[in-house]
Amino acid sequence: MKIIVPVKRVIDYNVKPRVKADGTGVDLANVKMSMNPFDEIAIEEAIRLKEKGVATEVVVVSIGPAKAQDTLRTALAMGADRAILIETDEAVEPLGVAKLLTKVAEEEQPGLVILGKQAIDDDSNQTGQMLAALLGWAQGTFASKVEVEGDSVNVTREVDGGLETVRLTLPAIVTADLRLNEPRYASLPNIMKAKAKPLAKKTPADFGVDIAPRLETIKVAEPPQRQAGVKVGSVDELVEKLKALGVSA
Amino acid sequence: MKTLVWVEHEGGELKDATLNAVTAAAKLGEVHLIVAGSTIGGVADAATKIAGVGKVHVADDAAYDHALAENVAPLIVDLMGHHDAFLAPATTTGKNIAPRVAALLDVMQISDILSVEGADTFTRPIYAGNAIATVKTKDAKLVITVRGTAFEKAAAEGGAGVIEAVSSTGDKAISSFVGAEIAESERPELTSAKIIVSGGRALKDAETFEQVIFPLADKLGAAIGASRAAVDAGYVPNDFQVGQTGKIVAPEVYIAVGISGAIQHLAGMKDSKTIIAINKDEDAPIFQVADIGLVGDLYTVVPELLEKL
Ligand SMILES: Cc1cc2nc3c(=O)[nH]c(=O)nc-3n(C[C@H](O)[C@H](O)[C@H](O)COP(=O)(O)OP(=O)(O)OC[C@H]3O[C@@H](n4cnc5c(N)ncnc54)[C@H](O)[C@@H]3O)c2cc1C
Repeated sequence: MKIIVPVKRVIDYNVKPRVKADGTGVDLANVKMSMNPFDEIAIEEAIRLKEKGVATEVVVVSIGPAKAQDTLRTALAMGADRAILIETDEAVEPLGVAKLLTKVAEEEQPGLVILGKQAIDDDSNQTGQMLAALLGWAQGTFASKVEVEGDSVNVTREVDGGLETVRLTLPAIVTADLRLNEPRYASLPNIMKAKAKPLAKKTPADFGVDIAPRLETIKVAEPPQRQAGVKVGSVDELVEKLKALGVSA
Repeated sequence: MKTLVWVEHEGGELKDATLNAVTAAAKLGEVHLIVAGSTIGGVADAATKIAGVGKVHVADDAAYDHALAENVAPLIVDLMGHHDAFLAPATTTGKNIAPRVAALLDVMQISDILSVEGADTFTRPIYAGNAIATVKTKDAKLVITVRGTAFEKAAAEGGAGVIEAVSSTGDKAISSFVGAEIAESERPELTSAKIIVSGGRALKDAETFEQVIFPLADKLGAAIGASRAAVDAGYVPNDFQVGQTGKIVAPEVYIAVGISGAIQHLAGMKDSKTIIAINKDEDAPIFQVADIGLVGDLYTVVPELLEKL
């Protein structure tokens, strides 16, 4: 079984994003960029399935600028077998990404596509579900456990009330939540080896799908800022403040 | 505009998150609802009573139990033949279903809206809430998820909705429900609690978390939350996590105990009315958003607090 893992290059999660003064977006010039953390978890899961003998090949795909190659190389260094870059400088929305990935999946015929549940830049949480819809496949979103059994997969999902397990017919879509696994770091020898792994370059035009944006961003603003309040010196003072707020036993 | 709102329910009870989504929908136009599942008579009746609702579409079929997206999405798509907008609460159920509906309708979903600025224009958080985008859609139909904390709840009583049975789109037979571990708790629900006591990595282990945080929460009648670090380390289950990728909360009072205040955590709680932080590091970022801060060791502060409250 082949597994496809789509990955996105995003602002590093340790960086505090700054809104541009002209209100057109978030300033990404000279900002550290990394792989979306949920995508790292998705790759780790795919590699583990390969190590267990469940999967035979892990293919990573990124839709983004030329720089997204770095993200793909990271994925290859972690243990993915080959990469596909669909290069574009335009921002592609989840619907457009899902349409491109649909074409890739039709070509590659994977048994599973594992994605991150959301990207930490636009926080949309849509791509996996949309891809599942377009392919007509089942979806196991917000996964904290994935067990392939024959021609189906059991996915344990993190839901608002706790955990839920669903059984999906393969091929299927899984989106990774935080506790699915702890992704490995790529070792230096593997980073060197990754340079020789195949990376195919395509463009959206090669797939003949319409990825024109449907949403227009009118402006991007700072959220209302909270002011730091007071520090109290003792528990007694805290109790007083709490009582003033109506908080007491 | 005719809107269709997803009614979230569990164990025969209508979930509150539905009411916030109804308020958002009412800003766009007429509000109709969809209730799907088996033995949903009680939920459908409760739905008709929500203030301002029109038709309550009821799809009675076990295929819709547990809101399996594969089965539910085609039902919504059918109903969208005569509705202009689909709105779901941004719960794990809404987030699972809505994008599947959007893609089937060839619509770009607008996730987690904070406000309705016009018939096609909305605000939504991006970058863990560090920026707010105003977006305008070009799509003919709308698919939206609604952030609960950004909209008041519609009144649960006073409405006179009319039930209309809709025919089932059936079981697509590609997914099935196996089981769930849903914790039963006497405590208030995290997303609707007035007071939340949250614990972080500093709580050491599950036992300590329980010994230190639980009594304080119970004394105050509060819900219990946690940082990702506390959940990852197994102190408490996943459904306690507050943050960018956990639950979004905005209680009257949020008490953060031994939580540093990473942007991913702040994303989930910085709209709380009053934030109180207890942390032994006076430079912890949580103090930058806290209204009231106490620098100190939680292992002496919390027991003392418990005694004096
Ligand atoms: C993709 C992604 C998504 C994430 N999503 C979330 C999310 O949804 N929610 C979330 O919370 N995090 C999330 N995180 C994790 C986040 O970045 C932080 O790692 C996490 O919030 C830290 O948890 P913490 O504050 O409990 O731990 P720490 O940062 O380790 O802080 C512990 C704090 O306890 C204090 N302390 C220690 N001992 C004591 C004591 N005895 N008395 C008083 N204070 C003490 C310390 O001073 C410190 O400030 C996410 C991260 C990533 C990469």
